[in-house]
Amino acid sequence: MSVPLHFQSIAELSEHLAARRISSVELTQAVIARTKAVESRVHAFNSFDEPDALAQAVASDSRRAGGQSCGALDGIPIGLKDVIAVSGQPLTASSKMLANFVSPYNATVTESLQSAGAVLHGRLNCDEFAMGSSTENSAFGPAHNPWDLTRTPGGSSGGSAAALAAGAAIATLGSDTGGSIRQPAALCGLVGLKPTYGLISRFGLIAYASSLDQIGPFARTVEDAAIVLGAIAGHDPRDSTSFKTEIPDYRAELKRRRGPWKLGIPKEYFGAGLDPEVGAAVEKAIAFYRAHGCEIREVSLPHTHYCLDAYYVIATAEASSNLARYDGIRYGHRSKEAKDVLDVYQKSRAEGFGDEVKRRIILGTYVLSSGYYDAYYLRAQKVRTLIRRDFLNAYREVDALITPTSPLPAFKLGEKSADPLAMYLCDIYTIGVNLAGLPALSLPCGFTAGGLPIGLQLIGQPFREADLLATAHAYEQAHDWHTKFPSL
Amino acid sequence: MNYEAVIGLEVHVQIKTHSKVFTRVGAGYGHEPNTLTDPVVLALPGTLPVMNKAALDAIIKAGLLLGCEIAPVCKWDRKQYFYPDSPKNYQISQYDQPICIGGSVEIELPGAARNIMGEHKKIPLTRIHLEEDVGKLNHGASDSLVDYNRAGTPLMEIVSDPAMHTAEEAYAYLTSIRHTMIYGGISDCDMEKGQLRCDANISIRPVGETKLGTKVELKNLNSISFVRDGIAHEIKRQLAVVAAGGKLIQETRDYDGQTGTSQSLRSKEMAHDYRYFPDPDLMPVQVDAAWKEKLRAECPELPFDKQRRFLRDYQVPYTITSVLIPERGLSDFFEASAQLAGPGRAQAVGNWIANDFLRELSAAKLPLGASKITPASLAELVGLVEVGTLLNAAAKEVFVAMFATGEAPAAVVARLGLAAVPSDAGELETWCRESIAANPKALVEFKAGKDGAINAFKGPVMKAGKGKANPKLVDETLRRLLAGA
Amino acid sequence: MTAPADLNIDRIAELSRLALTAEEKVRFSAQLGSVLGHIEQLSKVDVTGIEPTAHAFPLHNIWAADIARPGLAVADALRNAPAQRENMIVVPKVME
Repeated sequence: MSVPLHFQSIAELSEHLAARRISSVELTQAVIARTKAVESRVHAFNSFDEPDALAQAVASDSRRAGGQSCGALDGIPIGLKDVIAVSGQPLTASSKMLANFVSPYNATVTESLQSAGAVLHGRLNCDEFAMGSSTENSAFGPAHNPWDLTRTPGGSSGGSAAALAAGAAIATLGSDTGGSIRQPAALCGLVGLKPTYGLISRFGLIAYASSLDQIGPFARTVEDAAIVLGAIAGHDPRDSTSFKTEIPDYRAELKRRRGPWKLGIPKEYFGAGLDPEVGAAVEKAIAFYRAHGCEIREVSLPHTHYCLDAYYVIATAEASSNLARYDGIRYGHRSKEAKDVLDVYQKSRAEGFGDEVKRRIILGTYVLSSGYYDAYYLRAQKVRTLIRRDFLNAYREVDALITPTSPLPAFKLGEKSADPLAMYLCDIYTIGVNLAGLPALSLPCGFTAGGLPIGLQLIGQPFREADLLATAHAYEQAHDWHTKFPSL
Repeated sequence: MNYEAVIGLEVHVQIKTHSKVFTRVGAGYGHEPNTLTDPVVLALPGTLPVMNKAALDAIIKAGLLLGCEIAPVCKWDRKQYFYPDSPKNYQISQYDQPICIGGSVEIELPGAARNIMGEHKKIPLTRIHLEEDVGKLNHGASDSLVDYNRAGTPLMEIVSDPAMHTAEEAYAYLTSIRHTMIYGGISDCDMEKGQLRCDANISIRPVGETKLGTKVELKNLNSISFVRDGIAHEIKRQLAVVAAGGKLIQETRDYDGQTGTSQSLRSKEMAHDYRYFPDPDLMPVQVDAAWKEKLRAECPELPFDKQRRFLRDYQVPYTITSVLIPERGLSDFFEASAQLAGPGRAQAVGNWIANDFLRELSAAKLPLGASKITPASLAELVGLVEVGTLLNAAAKEVFVAMFATGEAPAAVVARLGLAAVPSDAGELETWCRESIAANPKALVEFKAGKDGAINAFKGPVMKAGKGKANPKLVDETLRRLLAGA
Repeated sequence: MTAPADLNIDRIAELSRLALTAEEKVRFSAQLGSVLGHIEQLSKVDVTGIEPTAHAFPLHNIWAADIARPGLAVADALRNAPAQRENMIVVPKVME
C-alpha cells in the first residue's frame, strides 16, 4: 500500500476491512498515531478519547468476526465537529462557556453513525458556537491549515477540515450555517457537502442559526461523502424541521447518474473580490464540464448582493435567542464574581463568550429589539424569499449551478481577525445557499501557485443530493486533486 | 365623581397531558425535584422542541367550549426574558397568531338569596394561546433552589377583554372557566397545585368615560377567594388614591392573601423587551374543519346549559342544581339515576345526591367514581320510597348500608327487615276498615268536618303494623274509605 | 466607522445579559456600526407584497402523540450544574 492508511478513502479502507487485510483496531490505531503526530501543529481537536475509540474499534472487529458487519462505515474512524452531542463526551462548541460540559445525550447523527458501525474519534475544533470563517474564534486556539500551517483551515468547521486533510480522521462531520463546511473544505482540498435544509436531523447539533444550520460530511472523495451522507440522512421525529423524503443509495447513484447536465454560471458570483487564481481554476472546471457534454449557461441571481445582509440579520437574531440558554444556571460557566442572579447572567456570559459571539448576540438582540423588528428581521426574511426565488427561477433553466466556493484561498491566521466585516465577506458565495435551504458541495479543483487548494462549489436542487454528488463525481473521476496530500 | 372599575383577567390553565408540550418526558405534580426533566426541558445544547398533539387538541376543545374562533393557521414565537425558572431564557408562546380568537365566558353573579339564581352575563374573550410553563423556584434564607419538573408543562393563557367591573364578576368568571375546563377534561384546575393561575389588570375611570384608566397588574392571586379579595382591595386602593388627589401609576403589584395587602413590584426589574420572533425550530399548526368537528363532537354540554336543562326537564330546585352542576360526574350521575327512576322522581334523586350521597362520600373521603352506589341502585331506592315500601327514616338506613356494601336496596331492606308493613295494600285496607268500624264517635266527628278526628283511626292501624306502617299510605287509605263510608 | 446614533449599546448589552467593559462598548459599537452600515442596504430592496420566509421548506402539523417517555436520571440532569443542593440547582437568592 503506497498511500498510508490514514490518507486512504472510506471506499478503499472498507474493502481492506472486508477482506480482513486490516482490522478496525489497526486502522484506528494508525489514525490515533497520526493524530498524536500532527495535533500539536494542526490543533484540529478539542478532545479525543483514545480508549473509547479503541473500544469502538474492538466492537467493530468482533461484529465483523461474527458476520454482523454493518456496511461501509463499520470500523471507520470519523471525527465530529465539537457542536454535535456524543453521550458521555465533552461538548464545548469551542467556548469557554461549555469548557467543562459533558453531554448526557446523543445527537441523532451520532446515533446514526454508531448504528452504521463508525468509530467516533474526537471532537473537532471550530469557531466558537460555529461563528466565524477561520477557526480563530475558538476559545481553545485556532486550527491550522495542514497545507500551510501559518494559514487558516477556514471555518467555522476548520477542525473538521484540518483533521481530515492531516490524516487524523478518515471522514468528519461539520455544520454549515453560511458556508462553514464548504469554505473549509475548499481551503483544505476536501469534499464538503452541505445537504438540503431538513435532510439531516439537527437534534443534538448546538444551534447557531436554527433556520440555516445543517450538518454535513467532509470527505476525501465524492464517493466517501455519498457514503457518509447515506448514513446520516433521513427523517427524525425529534427535529420538527426534518423532512420526510426517500433516501436513495447515494453511492450507487453516482454510477447511474451520468449527465450530461445543464449547468448555470451565476454571473453575480464572478465579480470583484474574486482571487484571480481561484477564478481561473473555476473557469477550467467549467471548461471541463463543457467538454464533458454539459450545456453551460449564464444565469442571474439578482438578489445575490443582499445575501450577506439578510444572512447577518437572520443568523444573529436567531443566535441571540439560541444562545440565551448559556447563562451559568443549569450548566456551563458560572462567574465566581456573581453576587446575584443578574450577575450570574451578565458576568458568566461576559466571561464565557468570546468577542465574535458577543458581537453577534448584540447585533441579533438589536435587530429584534422593539421598534427595529420590521426594519431588520422581517425585511430580511422577505429578502430571503426573493433570494430563494432567484435560485428556483434559475433551476427552471439549469440542473445545478457552478461557482467558486470561497473568493480566496486559505488566508494567513490573524489576517482578518481584527475586521469582522472583512471576515464576513469570506462567505459571500456560500451564504445564499443557506438562505435558500439548498444542497451544495465544495470539491477540489486545483491549487494556487503557492500550493494552496482551491474549491469549486456546485449548488443543487432541493433534496436532489444524488444528482449533485453525481455531477461532482464526474469531475472528480477526471482529475487527481483528491490524490494529493499535504506534507506534514 | 363616580368611578367604575375595569378589570381584565389573564388566566393560566395547565393542560392535563401525559407528556410535556414540546418534549415527551412525563408531566405531573408532586414528584421529587428534577425527576421530570430531559435534555429538552433543561435546554441542553442542541435540543429541539416537538409539539404535543394532545395539548393542541385540548386547547382547541377549550376554544370550542368558549365559543372562540379557531385560527386556521397559528404559529409559535419565542418570548425572550431571562429568569432562572426559564431554561432556555425564552418561552415558546404565541404572539400575533394565537390559536383561539374571541369567544366568551358565561358567568353567574350571586343571587338575592342562596336559593335564587343570580344574573347571568357573558364576558368577552380576547384570545387563548398555548405556551410552556416554567420551573419552580424555592426560596431559602440565602439562596434559591430551582426545580424544573414543571418546566414545559402545557399552559394555556385565556385573556379576557377589559370587560368586568367588580370583584364578584372576576370571581364568577374564574369559577366558570374552572368548571368549563374540568367539564372538558382539559385541566383539573387545582389552584393549590398551580393548575389554574390568575393575574388581573385593574383600572378605574369616571363613569361614562370610555377610555381605560391607568392599569395596575395584580399578581399572585393564587386562590379563587384571593382573586376576589385582591381585586376588591385593589379597586379600593385606587379609589382611595384618586380620592386623596393622588395619581395612579402603571405598575405591577403583588397581592398577599394572608395579610390582605399588596405591594409594588416595580423596583425589581429592568424594563422588558420580549423581542418576539417566530420560533424557527417549530412548524405552524393548521386546523382544518375535520379536526375541529372531531373535537367538537367530544365537547361536553357546558355547565350552565346543563343547569338550565336540569331546571327545565327535571324540575329540580336551583339549590340542588348548584350542587350537582359544578361536578360533571355528579351531574351525569344525577341524570342517569333520574332517568332510571322515572317521571316525577328526579327531585328525590337530586335530594339524595345533594344530601346523603355527598355526605357519605365526604365522610369516607371517596371520589364519586369509587362509590358503590350506582345510578340504578339510587333510582331503585327512590322507587321503594315512592311506592311506600320504605319509610324515609328507614330509607336513610338503607342508603348507608348500600353505600358501605354496594348491595341492592331491596336486599338491604330484606336483610334488615326495614320494609314498611304491611307490604300488601289489601291488608292495610282491612286494618283501616276495622279501625273505622271500632270508633263510630270519631266517624261522626269526621263527617261533621273535624279533620283532626282522622288521627283517632290511625293509632290502631299503626299498632297493628307494629310502627312500620307507612303513615302517608295509612292517611290516604283512611281518607278514601271515610269518603265512601 | 462610528456607531449608528440609535445603537444604544448599554440597553442592548442589558437585554443580552452581557457585562461589557467600557472598552468593549466602544469597540463593539464601532464594529457593529460598520456591519449595520452594510445591512442598511436591505432597505433598498423592494419587498412590497413579498411574504417572509421563516422556513426554507415549510411544513405544518409536525407533532408527536402524547406518550410519556422516561427522561434523565436526576444525577444526569444535574451532572453539569455549577451548584446544586437537594437535587435542585442553586442560584443566588431571587427577589420576587
